[in-house]
Amino acid sequence: MSQTITIDPVTRLEGHGKITLKTDDNGAVQEAFFTVTQVRGFEKFCEGRPFYEMPSLMARICGICPVSHLVASAKACEAIMSVEIPHTAAQLRRMLNLAQMVQSHSLSFFYLSSPDLLLGMDADPAVRHLFGVVEAKPELGRGGVRLRRFGQHIIELLGNKRIHPGWVIPGGVTEPLTTAKRDEILAMIPEAYANVKYALNWYKQIVPNFKDEIESFANFPSLFLGLVNEDDSIEFTDGALRLIDAEGNIVKDGIHAAQFEDNFGEAVEPYSFVKFPYYKPLGYPEGSYRVGPLARLNIAKTMGTPLADEELIEFKKLSKGPVLGSFHYHYARLVDILYGIEMIERILTDPLILDKHVRATAGVNRQEGFGVAEAPRGTLMHHYKVDDKGLMLYANLIIATGQNNNAMNRGVLQTAQKYINGKKLEQGMLNRVEAVIRTFDPCLSCSTHAFGQMPLSIELLAPDGSRLDEIHR
Amino acid sequence: MSKIKLATVWLDGCSGCHMSFLDMDERLIELSSQFDLVFSPIVDFKVFPDEVDIALVEGAISSDEDEHKIRHIRKHTKMLIAMGDCAVAGNVPSMRNQFGVKGVTDRVFFDTASLQQQVPCQLVPTLHAKVRPVHEFVPVDVFLPGCPPSADTFYTVLSELLAGKTPDIASLTRFGA
Ligand code: SF4
Repeated sequence: MSQTITIDPVTRLEGHGKITLKTDDNGAVQEAFFTVTQVRGFEKFCEGRPFYEMPSLMARICGICPVSHLVASAKACEAIMSVEIPHTAAQLRRMLNLAQMVQSHSLSFFYLSSPDLLLGMDADPAVRHLFGVVEAKPELGRGGVRLRRFGQHIIELLGNKRIHPGWVIPGGVTEPLTTAKRDEILAMIPEAYANVKYALNWYKQIVPNFKDEIESFANFPSLFLGLVNEDDSIEFTDGALRLIDAEGNIVKDGIHAAQFEDNFGEAVEPYSFVKFPYYKPLGYPEGSYRVGPLARLNIAKTMGTPLADEELIEFKKLSKGPVLGSFHYHYARLVDILYGIEMIERILTDPLILDKHVRATAGVNRQEGFGVAEAPRGTLMHHYKVDDKGLMLYANLIIATGQNNNAMNRGVLQTAQKYINGKKLEQGMLNRVEAVIRTFDPCLSCSTHAFGQMPLSIELLAPDGSRLDEIHR
Repeated sequence: MSKIKLATVWLDGCSGCHMSFLDMDERLIELSSQFDLVFSPIVDFKVFPDEVDIALVEGAISSDEDEHKIRHIRKHTKMLIAMGDCAVAGNVPSMRNQFGVKGVTDRVFFDTASLQQQVPCQLVPTLHAKVRPVHEFVPVDVFLPGCPPSADTFYTVLSELLAGKTPDIASLTRFGA
C-alpha cells in the first residue's frame, strides 16, 4: 500500500518549506516534492511606485540577504538612469555585498548546518541547534556568531542599520565612508580570519565522516551558473555570467544582465509557489542548473586572493571536472567567506575609498533596466519597466533559490531513496532529507515560507487517496 | 522555577525580524540560559507545544495556513508579541491588497513564466484575498514595531520579560524604525 510522508516545516532553513514523499507498495520512495508555500507578489505590488524607491522596497523581500536585492535593484535603476556610478560608490557597494555574503554564509554554516555536522545527523533534535553547538564546541559556535557579527557590523557601519539599510540608492550610496569606520573594520579583520580558519580546519577533519551523505546529497551532473570577471576570477557584484556544463565546458559566456531573460526562462509546477528556471536552448527540465557557492567555485578559475586561492586548489582536487556533490556547498561557503574577508581588506586599501563623491544623479533616460548580482546563495536578477515619469509598470525577479529549485527536488528524491524505506521510519533518516535541502541554503523568504502546525506526520493513503492511518512524531 | 518557554514564529514576513533577533549575537547566547527555545526556525521541533510562555510572531497573515497557525499559537501562548511592522500593521506584504490575489498570481505565474503557466494548487495553501496584521485575527499582548526592531530593542525587551518586568516599548522602537 502506498504512503505519503510529509515533513512540515523543514526546520533550520531560512524560511520554511515542506517535503512530501510518495512511496510505492514496498515502501520505496518513488516521488519527492519540495514545496514552497508562500507567494508575496513584489513583482506586482511595486506597480505605480517611483523606481527610485525600488532598492529599499525590494530589500524587504528578504531580511537575510537584503543587500543582494539592494544591489541588483540599484543596478536595474541605474540602467534606467543610464549612469555609471562613481568608483568609490562601486567599491563601497562591493564591500557591503561581501559583508553580507560573510554574514549570510555564517548563518547557514554555523547556525543552521553545523548542528548536523558536529553533533551528527542522528543526534537528539533537542540539542541539535546552535546553542547545542556552543555548548559542545564553544570555539566553533561562538566563532560562528562572531563571524556573522563581523559581516552584520560592517553593514551597520556602512549603512547605519544592519537589516534594510537605506544607504544604497540608485546612483550610488548616500554617505561616504569615514576614517574612523574604516579603521574599525580593519581592526575586526584579524579575528575574522582566525574564526574562518578554525572552521575550515575543523570542517576538513570531520568531512570524512560524511562519505555516504556526500554520495547521495544531490550529487548528479548539472549545469552551473555564476558571475565571473574577465580574468576568470570569482565575482559577486560586477562581471558577467557564465554557464558551464557538468564537464566544465563553457556553454555560454559573457551573459550581461539585459540578456538574462533571453537565455533563461521559468517553468511553473503545480506543487510549489517557487518557479523552476532553466536555460532556454536546452528546455525544461534538461536546462536546469545550479547556482551559489558550489557553482561559483566550479566556474571560477581563481578566487583572486591568496588565501582563498590555496583553498580553491584543494576544492578543485575533489573532482576531475566540476564538483557535483551538493554536500560540498558547505566547503565552498567557507572558501567564499575567506575570500570575502580578504577582499574587504583589499577594498579598504583603495586610495579612493574615503572619497566624498559617492553618488551620480540622473532622471529617467530609458524605460527598461536589468540588474544582476551574486546573492550569497547565487545569481539574482531584477528587471524593471517604467513609464516616462519613472513610475513602475512591471517587475520580474529571478532569485537564487529558485534557480536551485530543480536540483533541490532531485536531491531530496536521491537522498530519500537512499535513506528512507517507508516501512521503517527513523528520525535521523528524515533529518538527512532535510539536510540535503540545507546544503543549498535556500532562502525561502526570497520567495516565501510556512509553519509547523502540521508536525512531522506520516499519512497512509489508500489507492483511492483516502486516509487509512496517520502517525505523528 | 522552570525556564521560560520561548517560541519564535515566521508568518508572512521577510525574516528580517528574526535576523534582528539573532543580531543580539553573543547576548543571545547569554540570555539562552534563561529560556528554552521550544519552537523556532532555528531549532528542530516540528510541533508548536501546548504551553508556551512567550511567542514572538513575525509577519502578517496572508493565507489560510497563516490564519490557522496564528489561532493555534494564540490558544497555546500566554504572551503573544507582534514582532515588527508586518505583524503589527501589515506593512510590505499588505501592499498586494490593492491588486488582489489574481493580480499577483497573473504576474508571477503567467506574465513572468515561460512554460507550464498555471497557478500552483497542489500542496500549497490558499491565499487570503487581503493580507492583514495579526491583531485582526487574535488578541495581541505586546506590539513591537520596527522594520525590523533593532537588536538592542530585542535585548532590552527580552531581558525585562525574563526578569518578570513589563518593558516600555515606546521608548525603544517605533513604526518604520
Ligand atoms: S517588519 Fe520589516 S524586517 Fe520585519 S518581517 Fe516585515 S519587512 Fe521584514
